[in-house]
Amino acid sequence: MSHKAQTVFQRPSSLKEVPTHFCAGCHHGTVHRLVAEAIDLLDVQQQTIGIGSVGCSVLLYDYFDIDVVEAPHGRAPAVGTGVKRVHPDSVVFTYQGDGDLAAIGTAEIIHAANRGELLTVIFLNNTTYGMTGGQMAPTTLPGQVTTTSPYGRDVLKEGHPLRMAELLGMLGGTAFSARVAVDTPKRVMEAGRTILKAFEMQVKKQGFAFVEVLGACPTNWGMSAIEANARVGKELMDFFPLGVYKDITTQG
Amino acid sequence: MKNRLFVKGNEAVAMGAIEAGCRYYFGYPITPQNDIPEYMSREMPKLGGTFVQAESEVAAINMVLGAGAAGGRAMTSSSGPGISLKAEGMSFMAGSEIPAVIVNIQRPGPGLGGIDVSQADYFQAVKGAGHGGYHLIVLAPHSVQELYDLTMLAFDLADRYRIPAMVLGDAMLGQMKEALVPHAHQLPKDLPPKDWAITGKRGRVRGNVVKSLYLADGELEAHNWHLHAKYAQLKERETRFEAVGLDDAELILTAFGGAARIVKTAIAMARKEGLKVGLIRPITVFPFPTDIYRTATVKTPKVLCVELNNGQMVEDVRLSVDPKADVRFYGRPGGTGSLPDPEEIFAQIRKHYKD
Repeated sequence: MSHKAQTVFQRPSSLKEVPTHFCAGCHHGTVHRLVAEAIDLLDVQQQTIGIGSVGCSVLLYDYFDIDVVEAPHGRAPAVGTGVKRVHPDSVVFTYQGDGDLAAIGTAEIIHAANRGELLTVIFLNNTTYGMTGGQMAPTTLPGQVTTTSPYGRDVLKEGHPLRMAELLGMLGGTAFSARVAVDTPKRVMEAGRTILKAFEMQVKKQGFAFVEVLGACPTNWGMSAIEANARVGKELMDFFPLGVYKDITTQG
Repeated sequence: MKNRLFVKGNEAVAMGAIEAGCRYYFGYPITPQNDIPEYMSREMPKLGGTFVQAESEVAAINMVLGAGAAGGRAMTSSSGPGISLKAEGMSFMAGSEIPAVIVNIQRPGPGLGGIDVSQADYFQAVKGAGHGGYHLIVLAPHSVQELYDLTMLAFDLADRYRIPAMVLGDAMLGQMKEALVPHAHQLPKDLPPKDWAITGKRGRVRGNVVKSLYLADGELEAHNWHLHAKYAQLKERETRFEAVGLDDAELILTAFGGAARIVKTAIAMARKEGLKVGLIRPITVFPFPTDIYRTATVKTPKVLCVELNNGQMVEDVRLSVDPKADVRFYGRPGGTGSLPDPEEIFAQIRKHYKD
């Protein structure tokens, strides 16, 4: 029996060795890691370009050890389109929150998907605007209290939460659209595989790939990390079912 | 390439851009500049370039932002209402120091306004259309040849100074046809390398970051002083203007772009009658050619500024002239049937020449 030390777990080389600014129990750190692992596994760190967006993930360039350009609020898929056209052999991903992608950036995400841009889009849905202090998001659940829906989201007045994975899955240009969650170790593993696939499809030039990740925002939900994690597995997953909504590699 | 072509102004912009090496065009239809995206959609595929008709002006400018940040020569074109939508992207590009070219073939406003000749977007162009306090380089052609030449120059200046550059045309220039002598673009040999561009690290130790967000203590102030210094450097090195007949002038006319064409004809009429009238025509409206106004008005204090708006550039003229100068204004805001002819300007010359 050998006693030689073996590395079984380490920081992905695509992540810098710096502490993040994320709150306790926030899932951005987890999703950052899954993205970095995918980049490492595909061995594309040297040609990967990240498109930062506006929200809690804005400091992406401090955490990923890659080239990054910052996009205006909601515009990451348009910025990514421009970047990818100049460097078609690069791997370009956007990382966006629910306000950025599903409210102010609705036009940009729908049209980038429908053009079939060779981009990977990682969408963290935590049902609130985290960075600005917990306002109502396009994905805020019916009845959910936020700082701008203090009486709970009333769908008759404020409309319904947008199911982006389903919506983008309907478009002709989308090659892959899926929703995952990161509230349990098992689901984190599954999310990692899904994110890897979404990057792999870009490397293979198979088309636009979208992964919606359900995550927690304990600070703005007014919950402990454990309570918030439990909410992802119950309330969020009830309204936003996990699954693959389009995959051209398995569907005829 | 010494042949003379008969070319529409908008097409001259597209031809100049392609000759300057622009291979990434992103746009959205709006009158009176549609010949530009139409030309690009036809020619870019032949050159292996990119043409994307974006879902909006907002998306188009952000595609330009991405392509410019990636190190490509990228362009978008539009007119008034579309330029308003691009303001957000232009502010981000100015803050992030991303070179690119934005063309505004002006139409009258405010709002939907009209589709005729106007210079109503001078303030929007030179004072920074978007938030945060920034400037673009703004070039103001007054002929089809200049639309071609200055579009080329815009790409070189944008790359040299890492700044978005605007070509400020108008419906008259964009829609008219006149002679154009095409010529090969000489890329300046001393342009700085784009070692800041995002390409993927590709062996670099550190990732490149192109951004406008600065949160650490003092960081943003330092960044803004850096941008300010760049504007000062532009003023010193890149100011361009045309000055005619200032030596004996009793009255100086000043106009930019399309208005300057009408003014030139009116000045010729005045000179024929023995009136000593000179012209200052800014070619860069940012940086504004302050010095020529100051020196010229020491000798000739009377200035008549003519614009196809209610008076916008005249504010910069007043800030530039000798303190004792007497700056007057004549303008019409544009719209169908509202373009002054040379006789109308000549009548103004007579009036202001006397008193």
